[in-house]
Amino acid sequence: MVTLTAPEVPTVDALTDTTVDLGVSSVRELNQAIHNAVDGQSWTVTNPGGKHSLAVGIDADINVAIEGHAGYYAAGMHQKGNVTINGNAGVGLAENIMSGRVHVTGDASQSAAATGHGGLVVIDGNAGARCGISMKGVDIVVGGNIGHMSAFMAQAGRLVVCGDAGDALGDSIYEARLYVKGTVASLGADCIEKPLREEHLAELAELLAAAGRTDNPAEFKRYGSARNLYHFHVDNSTSY
Amino acid sequence: MCGIAALQLRNPSLHPQMGSLLSSMLCQIVDRGPDSAGLAVYNTPGLVSPGTSTLSLLGKDQGMTTAAITAGVAALLAGVLPAGAAAAARVVGDTTLVSAAVGTDLLVKAVSETLPGATIIGRGEHVAVMKSVGHPMEIAAEHGLEAMAGSQGLSHTRMATESAVTAGGSHPFSVADDLCLVHNGSFSNHATVRRELKREGVVFDSENDTEVGARYVASRLRQGDTLEEALVNLGKVLDGFYTLVVTTADSMAVVRDPIACKPAIIAETDDYVAMASEYRALAGLPGINNARIFEPEPGKVYTWSL
Repeated sequence: MVTLTAPEVPTVDALTDTTVDLGVSSVRELNQAIHNAVDGQSWTVTNPGGKHSLAVGIDADINVAIEGHAGYYAAGMHQKGNVTINGNAGVGLAENIMSGRVHVTGDASQSAAATGHGGLVVIDGNAGARCGISMKGVDIVVGGNIGHMSAFMAQAGRLVVCGDAGDALGDSIYEARLYVKGTVASLGADCIEKPLREEHLAELAELLAAAGRTDNPAEFKRYGSARNLYHFHVDNSTSY
Repeated sequence: MCGIAALQLRNPSLHPQMGSLLSSMLCQIVDRGPDSAGLAVYNTPGLVSPGTSTLSLLGKDQGMTTAAITAGVAALLAGVLPAGAAAAARVVGDTTLVSAAVGTDLLVKAVSETLPGATIIGRGEHVAVMKSVGHPMEIAAEHGLEAMAGSQGLSHTRMATESAVTAGGSHPFSVADDLCLVHNGSFSNHATVRRELKREGVVFDSENDTEVGARYVASRLRQGDTLEEALVNLGKVLDGFYTLVVTTADSMAVVRDPIACKPAIIAETDDYVAMASEYRALAGLPGINNARIFEPEPGKVYTWSL
């Protein structure tokens, strides 16, 4: 027979700042501690050293600051609270984020905010390839450039790029809205430029403000789905 | 998945630390390829010496006992090499290094004649190549990487996909003088390119897809390409997923395929250029907090020369 016991809850007072030194503690200890956290607590993570899976699965309204570079899947499955990475993030930042906020002051590698359902991901630097791939409602604001195949099969949410976008932006996009201030190397299948109307300027201004940016919304272009892939077209009947 | 860690030291005062720095990088990429590993070190005193060709041979026995090998191999080679060639052999970990003051081609010929069972895994005046099957850190320890000095180092941990887990299938592939290539990924049309290279007279040692990439680069360099041109041409001919690191006597190059699924991150300072599959392999390098850190762009060839 297996006896299950509740994990020991660390005695951390609400509204205190706890420092976890990853030169000493393990990633598992960090993640277990923040899973046991209660609303209002703050955590500072030092010596992250590019370790993987830092601060994943947070489900309390807490603040986590990672002082240095994070590895793969940082702040993945994020549910509540704020994670700030004062450095760069590896592959799969904030993958499958549901709500809350994740902020990277440096660059993020490929597949940032992949499949995100909600919340806000802010990357002050550049993001690599496949940023916002299969995004399902997350908002993403990138201060620099994004790589190729970004917003591939994006279904919902908003992606704001203050720099340039790489090749095949928004390939096979559904209903996400993409805003790019700089150039777009090429648009993917069924992604087109669309008019920037008042409601778009308003939501763009809101997103930029939420990311702490001062860019002028009027300087952006909007891209979205041409909706030509939604339905079978008879001209393609011989293609199968 | 495979792991790559490579280091080019610009500041000669770091040369004594080459092995310990590379070892600390290698330690962080073990998870990416725990089945086998390989190392290439450049200008390492005790392994290579200027004006002398050195061949790296797979295995430490060469058909004789370890105790006998130093004198035995040297005597065999002395029998076929010209007088004054000063043939010598030594065992380092699971690798036999043979050297002589003759051209590499002549030394290769001599080894082929006297040790017909030997597999040459490295050749040149500057490089020693070591590879084996097993845990990468054990392989590094067995070869004494930690204490090695040098100007450049290249390491690879392999998670085999395209061919068997053998020492011969480990990377780096070193198929021309001082040239080494490591690969994270897989070439999908390697059989076709292999056939074409065979038609040109190129001889292969293994069924490994990466060896095709290495032989292709060597073939292009022979035809007069620069390292950068050879890698641009590789992108036109070889299809598949790849992050490659290629080293020569004084250069290092990094290239990713245009889809760029396979990771790569580079740190550059006045003292060194370091490349790894993941940032955590770079985290322990001196001055990393002030390094220029970036991911190489898809399809772009980066080269650095000493």
